[in-house]
Parts: sequence; structure tokens; C-alpha cells
Amino acid sequence: MSEPVALKLTAKDFKSDQEVRWCPGCGDYAILAAVQGFMPELNIPRENIVFVSGIGCSSRFPYYMNTYGMHSIHGRAPAIATGLSVSRPDLSVWVVTGDGDALSIGGNHLIHALRRNVNLKILLFNNRIYGLTKGQYSPTSEVGKITKSTPVGSADAPFNPLSLALGAEATFVARTIDSDRKHLQSVLRAAAQHEGSAFVEIYQNCNIFNDGAFDPLKEPATRDDFLIRLEHGQPITFGKDGQFCVVHPPGGFGLEVRETANTPAEEIVVHDAGVADPAYAFALSRLPGLDLSNTPIGVFRSVDRPSYDSVVQEQVAAARATVDKTPEQQLAALLGSGDTWTIL
Amino acid sequence: MTKQIRQLDRVVIRFAGDSGDGMQLTGDRFTSETAQLGNDISTLPNFPAEIRAPAGTLPGVSSFQVHFADYDILTPGDAPNVLVAMNPAALKANLADLPRGADIIVNTDEFTRRNLAKVGYATSPLDDDSLAGYAVHPVALTSMTIGALAELDVSKKDAERAKNMFALGLLSWMYSRPYESTLRFLERKFAARPELVAANVAAFRAGWNFGETTEDFSVRYEVKPAKMLPGTYRNITGNAALSLGLVAAGVRSGLPVFLGAYPITPASDILHELSKHKKFGVVTMQAEDEIAAVGAALGASYGGALGITTTSGPGVALKSETISLAVALELPLVIVDVQRAGPSTGMPTKTEQADLNMALYGRHGEAPVAVIAPKSPSDCFHAALEAARIALTYRTPVILLSDNYVANGSEPWLLPDVESLPDLRVEFATQPNGEDGTTFLPYLRDPQTLARPWAVPGTPGLEHRIGGLEKADKTGDISYDPANHDFMVRTRAARIETIPVPDVEVEDPDGDARVLVLGWGSTYGPIGAACRGLRHRGLSVAQAHLRHLAPMPANLGEVLSRYDKVVVPEMNLGQLAHVVRAKYLVDAIGYNQVRGLPFTAAELETMLEEVLKNV
Repeated sequence: MSEPVALKLTAKDFKSDQEVRWCPGCGDYAILAAVQGFMPELNIPRENIVFVSGIGCSSRFPYYMNTYGMHSIHGRAPAIATGLSVSRPDLSVWVVTGDGDALSIGGNHLIHALRRNVNLKILLFNNRIYGLTKGQYSPTSEVGKITKSTPVGSADAPFNPLSLALGAEATFVARTIDSDRKHLQSVLRAAAQHEGSAFVEIYQNCNIFNDGAFDPLKEPATRDDFLIRLEHGQPITFGKDGQFCVVHPPGGFGLEVRETANTPAEEIVVHDAGVADPAYAFALSRLPGLDLSNTPIGVFRSVDRPSYDSVVQEQVAAARATVDKTPEQQLAALLGSGDTWTIL
Repeated sequence: MTKQIRQLDRVVIRFAGDSGDGMQLTGDRFTSETAQLGNDISTLPNFPAEIRAPAGTLPGVSSFQVHFADYDILTPGDAPNVLVAMNPAALKANLADLPRGADIIVNTDEFTRRNLAKVGYATSPLDDDSLAGYAVHPVALTSMTIGALAELDVSKKDAERAKNMFALGLLSWMYSRPYESTLRFLERKFAARPELVAANVAAFRAGWNFGETTEDFSVRYEVKPAKMLPGTYRNITGNAALSLGLVAAGVRSGLPVFLGAYPITPASDILHELSKHKKFGVVTMQAEDEIAAVGAALGASYGGALGITTTSGPGVALKSETISLAVALELPLVIVDVQRAGPSTGMPTKTEQADLNMALYGRHGEAPVAVIAPKSPSDCFHAALEAARIALTYRTPVILLSDNYVANGSEPWLLPDVESLPDLRVEFATQPNGEDGTTFLPYLRDPQTLARPWAVPGTPGLEHRIGGLEKADKTGDISYDPANHDFMVRTRAARIETIPVPDVEVEDPDGDARVLVLGWGSTYGPIGAACRGLRHRGLSVAQAHLRHLAPMPANLGEVLSRYDKVVVPEMNLGQLAHVVRAKYLVDAIGYNQVRGLPFTAAELETMLEEVLKNV
């Protein structure tokens, strides 16, 4: 097979003619720029890329991408994208969603897309707030969050989006941050290469209604001590001086953070995104504290499982392989099947 | 002994028993034998929603009615001439429907004290004179079946279960049915268990031979073949015909068919049927919910497939937001609503026509869609093709309103010549359509159809974005312009209103009728039978039946204005009548019934006779 022709696309080719209308300073700008900058790498013609979104600030995303795109209805993007992806396996289908869109009104579609392993790249912009409806708490807001709809603090516990995705046995699960373009693009790259559902949570700042939600992960003074940068095949250590590490204490179910200096090197967990049992990645997803300490970013899990799309298309292909008639002949045979009788 | 043979022109038989007694299968087989003989037929199954209600109770009674004749018939028959009652519950549940003089064949083995008590019989109706007005034939069906199978290597339970085949054999003898297809059917059905083939065949033959030898059945009947158009026929239910219509739409359009569906009674059979046709490129997806089902179908349509979703009323309610999105996106989408009695779960296995308002109006904003309804089981095939034609040609959602009565009822279907089916080929957009030769305008319309171009992902140079936000005319850009919104709302309305649909035809053989009966959907049969009945008695009445409910036929207003009175029978509280009054300022008279059952021709005939008296 010959090498694919290099398309020589640039970020500019992925910018649509629409004026971008997020609030000045919104984290979505950084994500849009990162995605547009990354897309040329895929070497996929623009016409074969589709962005499908739901409703919310993040869901305006498709309008700004010079690809095919659909801004659909609240929470339903994974369902719509599933129909598109299953019937058009030649396309690269991306879903852009937010914490309210994906985890509240659309929670059912998200978990079913993940369990089916539909060949979708799902980017969840998590700002832990409802922005477009002007500041109500979201299913990822911390308990006690004071917002317009919760003046004395929210009463319900949040979802951990990665734990949820892993509970649905998603085959690819990752987290990244709007402000770290290099990391964001590295995660997008890994997601794009994954066959099946790729779920990417992107921490995104809403500077109007929830400003600074992820500051400890961004401030130069704190970020290195707060962030755990996962790298496949590498021991999990973090902190300015690598002073912390992650271990799996004997007898326990989960992972814990220890001081590197007091931990024998062989006890430090070596990150393996390919572990078949989602329990490992789930344990990683449980590490962060309420103050965002011990927050892993990177690819938590990346395992191989046939995509729903490929299984469905194989069933159709297998059935069609047995056909030796024209569609019209086949149809005539189908209509006349069963008990028939003829009147002369 | 030689039995007397009597000719009949029509017969209605109802098989009734416990839901576990196999009455649907028995009825199906009798229908198939009858079809082979060339009678015209119409059937009506009636079964509980519970898969196995407590045995022997009234809620557990399942029945199958078949009407066959030597002329063309329109309904499954108002009242059975023959009732086969497999237990006391079946007798009690169905007795009120029988005219005096009807034959009742009862399985006496089940008339035990315990079974009688379950349904509130203090004494057996077989022993008192409560059935004096009927021709009762007591038959020990169960014990004779077990006796006939004594030599075979089957358990007592399996032997007992074969009693429905004994009943079928007896009825097949009584009505001189050809039974070869039933024997073939049993061989296929129990191919994996040859002992059950032998048991069921033996039970069938025992029933047949019992009829021939017992003195209780002194008469054997014949119903000659009906005069039907030449051609090849098969017996078909509405759900099966609808499924085949959707497969045919895929073939005739050259598009892959994508069905998104969530299981719901009485629509699930369509999902089951379409899932068998992968070799036609049909993809079926059992979605996580009704919303995902329609969403996936819309996504598939966006990608260039014929997107379809099938459901019943509660499912349509859940899908309505997505249907409105499809209105805004102007993409093809077929939504099949097999109506059942509502609201809420209602009576899921019973029929009703009460989703018309929802189909016409049940969305937010001004969100018009096309609506069509099949009039009979076999018409579901053509209605499905018509729904696909409108969806593909005019890039719009189309709601196809079937109902439980046509979905599960059956009739002979004259197989169409595939080449005669409508050509549904579509042209996808491949080139920029802007004046500058490079711009693509996704909302630039075809002046004839008002349809926008269908530019599917993968087409170079036509990359564009669509969505639920209001679109600017032509460019499809987001627009909050007041004049543009007003224009787009009116254009979407005009898109549906201007779809050309065939004129409604009026059946008025006498030519002097002053009363018109207007119906839609599955009431065609009972209304037609009632009109025939009146005409036989020298009364004039006209019948018109709507297949297209949105848009309505252009000549409907003129047709309505010709009559002194317009009567609209519906299995709802007057939804079409309301539309007719609002739209055409006609003082339509509603006749409404919501009992979960189809109209009987007799009740319509009585009602219409009253109307005729007062013209």
C-alpha cells in the first residue's frame, strides 16, 4: 500500500468564517486553538471530519471548525454521533460536550456510547458550572457550591467524570487542561489514534461564573506539586522535585500517594495504560483530593476492544457477502417469501 | 359415514384460550390454510400485555379472530359464528360477543370446579341452560390429545400442550381447509425436536379424524375461493408489511437503511423484522432509550442514510425534541408510531388512534412535519414507501401513524412488481451552489420542493455547519434577525403545506349521497363495511378516507362542501373532526369510541343510519 498523500493542511484551514463568540478570557478559546493546531497532524481531509455537539457554551465549538459539523440538542450528541459513526465508518467523528451536557441531561447517552465502544472522540469541557444559563451548579460542582440556584450551597455530591467513564468500561480515558496546549495536543493525538470511544476530560476555566476553579493546577507556585503527569511505562512520581510518588499498598483496593524518599523504588507504581482491568485506572481517578491535590493528567487507560461500528459493519458485510442477486431481485424474493398462493 | 356439506359465503371464527394455550399460533395456522384456499381473509389478534397472566383467569385470555369469505371483505368481522373456548375463562370473556345460534366448541377437560371458580362460575355453564341459545359442542380436547399421543415418546406436559393442534385439526376438518402448509410448518418449527413434530402432527390428525367420525359434528362447511385480482398473494400483518416497505424504500432509493429503535409494544416486531435484513444493508440499533433511537437515526440521515425510528405513543413523546431538531436541520427522517391505547402506559396491546394531535402538533415552536396513516395491514407496505418518498424528496421528518389494529391484524396482500414501486433515488449535493462558484449555501432551496441540498460529510468543498439555532436563509449561518426568523418559520410551514399529495377519492357508487363518512388510518375497514351494509339496504352514503393528514389533500375542502353532513368516526375523542372543523369550517359530526378495540361495522351502520334519517 502506498503512503498516504500529505495534505499539507494548517491550523488556518480548520478555522471557519464564523466569529467566535465565547466570553473574552474563556478557556474554550485555548482549546479551540489547540484543536485547530492539532488537526493538520491527522492528515485527514477536512470533509471527512465531523464535529457533533450538544448544548452549552462548549457546544458552540462545531461552528468554529471548518469541517462538517452539527450543533444538536442538549445531551444528545453522543446518540446522534453514534448513528453517524455506525453508518459512516469512513468519517472521523468528534463529540464536543460539557459537564452539564454530558453528565446531567445526556448522562445516559454518554455511558452507553462508552460501553458500546462507538468510534467517537469525546471531548468533555469540564468547567464545573452551567455557563450558558448563567451560573447554576453542575453535576461536577463541589458539594456546598454557592450559585444562583443554590444560594446556601449545593446539597448533592458531584460526579467524577473519569470514574464514571471507567465504570462504563470506556476503552480510552484521559484528562488534560485547557491552559497546557502541549499536553492537550498530546492527549488529542493519543485519542485520535484510538479505535473505539476515546473519552477526554478537559479542565476548562469559566472566567465569568467559576473563575479560578482549576488554579492550583495552573499556578506556577502550586501546579507541579498538585499535578501527576501520567506517562505510560514510567514510575508515577510528581512534585517540584519528584518528592511524591504513587504506590499500591498491600491489602488495599486503591492507590496512595507517598513521599518518594521513604518509598523503596520497586514499590512505586509504573503507569500502564494498557491494564485490562479498569480497576487500576479507576484507582488513579480516585487520587485527587477536594482541593485538587494529586490530580493525574494524561492517558489513564487505553485498551483494545473492537468498536461497535466495526462489529455492526462486519455483520452487514458478512450478510452481503452471501448475496448473488441484484437488490431488486433480492427484494422480489423477500416479498414473495413465506406461504404464498397464486390466483390466475 | 358421509357428512353433509353446506356452502357458506363467510365465516368468523374466534380461537380463545389461556395465554399459554397457543391461540395466536393456532389462529395464524388456520389463517394460512384459509389463505391457501383463496378465500379473502382478515384477522384480529387480541391478547393481554402480561406474558403469562395467572393461568385460567379472565385477564389471561388470549384470542385470535379470523374472518374469511368467498368475496372481498374489509374487517375481521363484528361477531364470531364460531367460538373455540379452551377453558371457562375463554368462554366467559367472549360469550357476550356471540350472536345467538353461534357454535361454541369447548374443551370440557378444563371445566373443572377449580377453573370454574377462578372466573366466578358457581355451576358449570355446560350443565345448566345458560348456553341454551347456542350450539354447544363439548369436546374433551385435552384428554383426547393425550390419548392420541399415548404411543409416542413425549412427556404428558408436551402431549397436553399439543391440544391446540387437536383444535386446529378439528376446525380444519369442519371448514375443509387444506392442511399441507401446517404440516410443513410444524416440521420447520420443531426441526430440532422431531418428537414434537410427531406429537403435534398426531394431535392435528386426531382432531381432523375426530371431526370426521363423531356424530356431534354432522355438517361440514365449505367457503369457495373469493374472486380476487390475479397475481401472487401472501397473508401479511401490518408490522410485517411496514418492515418490508422500509426495506423496499432502501432498495428503491439506493440508500442504506438505518433503524434506531427501543423496544416498545406494539412496534417491536418492526425492529425484529428489520434486524433480519442485513444483506440489504439495513443496520438496526437497539438504542439505550427512545431519544437515542431517534438521535441515532437522525445522525445516520445526516450521513446520507435513510434514517428511521419505530415506536409507539410514549416513545414519540420522548422523541419530540429531536424531531423538532430534524425540522430545523431539514433532513429526512421517518418516525413510525404504532399507536396503542394511552395516555401513559395505557393498554399497550390494545388499539387507539389518539396520537393524531401529537403527530400534527406535539412539538415545541412551529415545527410542522408530514403525517400519513395506512388504512389496512397490507397498505402499511405502501404507506412506508410513501413516508420514505416524502422524507427523502422534501428533506423532512415524516410521522407514519400505524396502530395496533393494523399492525397485528392480517389480510391477503397482492405482491407488487418490484419495478413498479416508486423510484426514490436522491441526488446528494456535490458542487458549491453559490453564485461565485465556490461558496456552498446549505439553506439555498430547490424552488420546486423547497428542499435544501443534502450535502453529506465526506463531500469535499461543501464543509458546513448545521444546528438547532435559527439559520439565516441560504447561508445557514446563525441568525437572530427578526425578519429572517419570520421568513424561515413561514418557509418551513410552506415546505410541508406545498407537498403534492394525491386527491382524496370519494366512494359514492349511487352518486346521490348527502352524507359523507370521513375516516383516516385503520378505520377504513369497518367504515367501508358499514357503508356497504347501508348500500345493500338501498341507502346512499359516501366514504372518503385520508391517508395524508399533513398536508391534507388539496381537494378535501371542496369534497367536504358537497355534502349536507360529514361524519368522522375515530378511535379517539374527535381529533380529526377537530382539524376538519378548524381548517374547513365544516360542522363535522364526531363518532368516537376508545375501548381499545376497532369499531364494529354494525355499530357504525346503526349510527350512520340515524344520521341518514335526519338529513
